[in-house]
Amino acid sequence: MEALGLLMHGFAVLLTWKTLLLMMTGLVLGIFVGVLPGLGGPNGVAILLPLTFTMDPTSAIVMLSCIYWGALFGGAITSILFNIPGEAWSVATTFDGYPMAQQGRAAEALTAAFTSSFIGSLVAVMLITFLAPMISSFALRFGPPEFFAVYLLTFCSFVGLGREAKHKTVISMSLGLLLAGIGMDTVSGQLRMTFDSAELLRGVNFLVAVIGLFGISEILLTMEERLALRGHAAGISLRVVLSVWKDLPKYWVTLFRSSFIGCWLGITPGGAIAASFMGYNLAKRFSKDQDSFGKGRIEGVFAPETAAHASGTAALLPMLALGIPGSGTAAILLGGLMVWGLNPGPLLFVEHKDFVWGLIASMYLGNVVGLVLVLTTVPIFASVLRVPFAAVAPMIVVSCAIGAYAIQNAMFDIWLMLGFGVVGYVFKKIGIPLAPFTLALVLGNRAEDAFRLSMIGAGGDLKVFWSNGLVGSITTLAIVLLFWPVIDKAFGSVTRMLRPAKA
Amino acid sequence: MSNTDIEIVVEDPTAPEADSPQMASVRVVDVVVCLLLLALALTLGYDNWRTGAGWESTGPQPGYFPFYLSIILGGASLYGLVAAFLSRRESSESFVTQAQLRRVMAVFVPTVLFCLATQFLGLYVASFLLISCFMRLVGKIALWKSLLTAFVFTAAMFVTFDVAFDVIMPKGPLEAALGR
Repeated sequence: MEALGLLMHGFAVLLTWKTLLLMMTGLVLGIFVGVLPGLGGPNGVAILLPLTFTMDPTSAIVMLSCIYWGALFGGAITSILFNIPGEAWSVATTFDGYPMAQQGRAAEALTAAFTSSFIGSLVAVMLITFLAPMISSFALRFGPPEFFAVYLLTFCSFVGLGREAKHKTVISMSLGLLLAGIGMDTVSGQLRMTFDSAELLRGVNFLVAVIGLFGISEILLTMEERLALRGHAAGISLRVVLSVWKDLPKYWVTLFRSSFIGCWLGITPGGAIAASFMGYNLAKRFSKDQDSFGKGRIEGVFAPETAAHASGTAALLPMLALGIPGSGTAAILLGGLMVWGLNPGPLLFVEHKDFVWGLIASMYLGNVVGLVLVLTTVPIFASVLRVPFAAVAPMIVVSCAIGAYAIQNAMFDIWLMLGFGVVGYVFKKIGIPLAPFTLALVLGNRAEDAFRLSMIGAGGDLKVFWSNGLVGSITTLAIVLLFWPVIDKAFGSVTRMLRPAKA
Repeated sequence: MSNTDIEIVVEDPTAPEADSPQMASVRVVDVVVCLLLLALALTLGYDNWRTGAGWESTGPQPGYFPFYLSIILGGASLYGLVAAFLSRRESSESFVTQAQLRRVMAVFVPTVLFCLATQFLGLYVASFLLISCFMRLVGKIALWKSLLTAFVFTAAMFVTFDVAFDVIMPKGPLEAALGR
């Protein structure tokens, strides 16, 4: 068990007062971000990223990932107490969580939500602990063609498996790839798409785009809504916590099922949102008493929360092992890695052991600390919602601007952020998904470099992508996934033709 | 079993009315966005073709990828354009109502002004102005509360970034006068 020894080393790296303090700060900031309307995990991490530029990478990633955990915890608070999902993945939590609060069982529901979040991420972190080193050591043998094939697989699975209209996903992705290409071409050194502008020479920075797309546009969207709210306040007593925990073993099937769904959907680009709904629906379907769901059943809180957290955590696995983010937030963390001069990918496990194992250990520790923190401080965070949005909105705008400027010290980036804010607002309203855009922007250059390096190596022969079994099967799988809807339809009509009686 | 234990109530007096007239339909915005994307695809495509979008013996030229991506983007936007014209279902859906637009503009216009102010007055002064004016004028919050919040937030930002973490922000005449 080499992994365990390294993990212990990771804990040793972490257990200093400074790191623990950063962890608490990150968690508190994250819960704030999760509770406040108009902010979420990706926005919070993107806006607070500049704060970490001057830290060493380990402290920085610990703080950022704690912001992420905090945001995941925070989403549950508003959905249970106010029936307002602070995050899209907490929508399923409101189904049973809010009825429970109405029945005066808010404390119970909150405990259930936090505990199951904790279990979900714990399962996913254990998966990361044992799987990530294996995948990365396998991936160490990858050359440029293999990497390009994996990137291609990521892009294609987004197009083929996404729920949005296909042409909208394609628009979003190709736009992201194009913007990633602006500036100096890394292989030949030639300038592309700069139109003789000195500002465009630097290229479009990924984080600037993300801050605009998620931060600014989210404020514009939130303003459209009615912001009035009525909710329950709740303190959690130790007695309630213990009684919920005592019942926990009864629900082990639900917890296990949801963790599994979450881990699976987190690694593949399905995301926490899909996972939470799937967890909820399956718990309902397998339940003996289906009608009681939606009326305040504790299982209806356990199932989606476990799945959402497992998925949110598992999304970090492909990022650590292969340098491919499994979610929007993971993509932003990846952007952070590059700012600190770390090259995400399998080499990370070899060259920056302290960093990787520190991060993994911080996932364990951050979740334990987070659980204790939210259980004890829920009333404070619930009252954060009393702060009027008119005070919160300008502060978010200022934080966004600070973040955008700090990345490259360029005023142009603040304007670029504003532009991306408008783009994000319009895109969200007409249903163009932003996740493929983010992914394309962060992976675009790496994918192109991988392609061109493999072309140089192979003398411009495309057959290199089928030169051995491994790269060949990944490339083929990518192409199959790209055309999956077509294939699926073809299969469907063939089956229908074979069984006309049933139709 | 009742709603009597509701303890937190936040009102939103300026909430957009539900029956406000629609300003634009999703379909119109869809068409406009597709046209804009098409124009962008043409511009970028032309620029990359000029850079060189061919295939050399060692693989693609610098403009090769972006050129074909422009074509993909253009094709997808064309498809979107046709789909938007053909769809009837979405034609009645509202993109934004008048009341909603008013609220969105109430944030967007100050944000633009804030960016302008940052360019000339520096970020800290601009953020003080943005927060205090926004809270007072849009949120109708008492003047002293607005000024105090704005001052505390701006000061906290200054201490965090400029003093503690050495992250340099755009500065203007005020900071120069204070010697920072």
